[in-house]
Parts: sequence; structure tokens; C-alpha cells
Amino acid sequence: MQIRLTGLTVTALGASALVAGPAAGQTLDLTITIPKLSVAEYHRPYVAVWLEKEGAAPRSLAVWYDFDMKANEGTKWLRDIRQWWRASGRSMSFPADGVTGATRAPGTHKLSFTAGRGPMPALTGGSYTLVVEAAREVGGRELLRLPFSVPAGGTAKAQGSGELGAVSLTVRR
Amino acid sequence: MKLRTPLLAAAALLTLAAPVAVQAHRMWMLPSATVVSGNDVWVTVDAAVSNDLFYFEHQPLRGDPKVWAPDGTTSEVENKATGRYRTTFDVHLTQKGTYKVAIVNEGVMGSYMLNGERKMLPRGTTTATLASAIPAGATEVRTSETSSRNEVFLTSGEPTTTVFKPTGKGIELVPVTHPNDLVAGETATFQFVLDGKPMPDQAVTVIPGGIRYRDKLNQMDLKTDGSGKVQIKWPEPGMYWLNVTTGGGRGPGGPGGPGAEGGATPAAPEGPAPRRANYVTTLEVLAP
Repeated sequence: MQIRLTGLTVTALGASALVAGPAAGQTLDLTITIPKLSVAEYHRPYVAVWLEKEGAAPRSLAVWYDFDMKANEGTKWLRDIRQWWRASGRSMSFPADGVTGATRAPGTHKLSFTAGRGPMPALTGGSYTLVVEAAREVGGRELLRLPFSVPAGGTAKAQGSGELGAVSLTVRR
Repeated sequence: MKLRTPLLAAAALLTLAAPVAVQAHRMWMLPSATVVSGNDVWVTVDAAVSNDLFYFEHQPLRGDPKVWAPDGTTSEVENKATGRYRTTFDVHLTQKGTYKVAIVNEGVMGSYMLNGERKMLPRGTTTATLASAIPAGATEVRTSETSSRNEVFLTSGEPTTTVFKPTGKGIELVPVTHPNDLVAGETATFQFVLDGKPMPDQAVTVIPGGIRYRDKLNQMDLKTDGSGKVQIKWPEPGMYWLNVTTGGGRGPGGPGGPGAEGGATPAAPEGPAPRRANYVTTLEVLAP
């Protein structure tokens, strides 16, 4: 598991102290629910989480795929996370430090990204969208968009209907 | 009637050029995927000539497909086999970037009179071999330069544009929108060039695949602007067949547009005069 989790408040504060500017130090707390599906053939979904801001290059924050297959074969299906592949994935090389992670089982998964740490850029003021896209082998694909603004912060929620369940985002300083 | 002979000659020329100007049938190559990820990727391609798109029901596509890699090198396709209705082959994508797979035919078609008999130029005649293909004493030499390009594009990772550098021969596609970055609901722009020069006011035909399962052809009849650029709005995801044809004896304004000389105008023995060129590609449009 290579997702960078920022569990320690001390660490987060330490990082924020290093980043100049009034908007520094934001943390995105993200909860992704992967639904339990009753299907004949179940595979854990490939999931990508990325950040979009108009006028800026999209930034991949997390990609869950079969990263531990021999010869990196799991990357063959990354293009099935279609919108992410076009927005950000196709220009990356894998495994990607701090972004690549293993696929997750059905359930609720908590992620946290702190500005200026790992894959997460320092956020300047403006409108952002956090996008979560899931694609499942022999299954479907679903994409949820969570808009938020900096420095206002706050909470955004979205509810999937197929490959994703409830997804919520809290932006805190 | 004066027109008759040239028309018959034109028909004969077309027959001779079977792979170049297949009438009523559509030539196509259909890749298993055009946008791929991973480090060691294979794409398999079906190639056929048929009425419906993309079904194998008439003839396999014959020809010699070549592969152009993002770094400029060329290679052969792998595992090529030709069956009753289709040719199939594989392309091994070992580099990141955009590949081109193309069957390119160039040559000179024509005929001449010798001892009161009309003889056809042998198959495979080119501008270089034309002089030696016409015997001394030949009269009424009629020739037509032809080129056909049937190509598909495959991208591993990020799209690149090295394979689109025009060779200056025949009709070629110059991307404004990258042909491996097409999404339903969006509008793509492509430029077409003939022998390296933009083709203004040129008819462009686009037909979505899956004809067998719908009543209407849903053909899009488009035209290039003054700089040879055409805009295509993709109504839905799927594979699309795109054709650009010029020359071929069609009248002005019809499919084929300019090059309306008719192809079979009696030419000076030097030839080749009228230009026929054909371009076909298959484009994959993804769902948003």
C-alpha cells in the first residue's frame, strides 16, 4: 500500500509551516465507499482520484490497481478508468510514487491528502473539483465529481449508483 | 458518341486498380483497441473489404501493412494471416506514443494502343517504371496516377504526433485534434493534404460502424474549409469509418469533389495526368 496517509496532525502542521501563502496547509479528507456487489464474477475495481482546476493540469492523487502483478501487467487495464486516463493517467509512468496503491475490497475507505505533500499540490485560491472514477473488470464504470473552493473549504458529497457508493470530501485547513 | 470510349476506359482502369478504388465496397482496418496502457501492449487488427461496417462478408483486405513507431522507425506487422473474409495481424507496441499502421499503394494505371489493340499497363507500374512499360510505337497513351492510403492509429500512453509528418505522397491526415483522443459529444478537427498541399472544399465521408443493426446509414457528408480542415462532431461512442476520395471520374461537387477531369481524358504519351487518390481510416470514439 503506497497511498500516503497523513494521519498525524503534528506532521500536517509541520508541513503547513513550510508552505508559504494564506491558502497553504489544506487537507482533503476523502471517504470512498466501494459497494458490495452481488455478481457472478467479482473483481475489485480500479479506482482513480484526481484533482482538477480550470487552467491547471489535472493532478492524480491516488490510483488503485493491480500494481503487484509480474511485469507490471496490471497497468494494461488502467486505460479503462477512461476519463482519468485522458485527463492525467496517460502522461504518467507506473508505479507512481505516492499515487499507486493496491485495489481495495468493498467497504469504506478513508484517505487524506495534505497540500504540498506527496502527490497533492499546494492549493491556490479558486474552484476545484475532486474526481473519483472506478472501473471494474467485467463490470461497469462510474465517475463522481466533488466540487469545492479554496479557501472556503467545506464538505462535498456524492452518491454513486453502481461501481461507487457514497463519496464525501471535507476540506479543512 | 465521343464520351463513350473514355468512360469505358475509365471503367477498365478502375477494374485494374482493384485495391485502389473498390467501388461500392468499403476497405477498412479495425483495431481491437486504439488507446492502450501498459508497457508491453499488443493490438490485433482485422482488415477487410465489405459493404457493411465492420463485418466480414466480402473479401479480405490484401496488401502489405507496415508499422510506423513513435520514434520514426518502421517495421512489419506480426502474425499476419488471410482467410476467406478477412486479413488479421498483430501490432506489438513496445514504445510509448502514437503508432501508425498503414497499407499504402502508389502507382500508375493506364492503357495504350499498339497495332490496333488496346493494352493495359501492367500492374505495379510506377512513375519510375512508366517509360519502360510503354513500348515503342504505342499511341493514345492514357494514364492516371493513383495513390491509396488505408491507415489506423494506435496510442500507448500519451499521444504523440511524429507519425503524422506528411510524406507528401497521396492524401494524408494532419491532426488538429489527435485521432486517438476522440470523445463522443466533442468536435474533432482534421486537416487533409494531397501530395503535401491542403485540400480545400474536399468531400469527407464519415460512417459509424454497426450498420447491420440499424436501418439508416447515418453517413456524415462533410466538407473541408479553405485550409483543408474538416470538423466532425461525434454523435456517439464507437468505431467510425472515414473516407476521402479525389479524382476517379466523378463530377465536380459530388463525392470526390475536385479532380473532376474525369480521369480518362486522352493524355499526352508522357502521362501520368489525372490524379486519383483515396484515403481511409478507422477512428475510435470513446464514451465521455
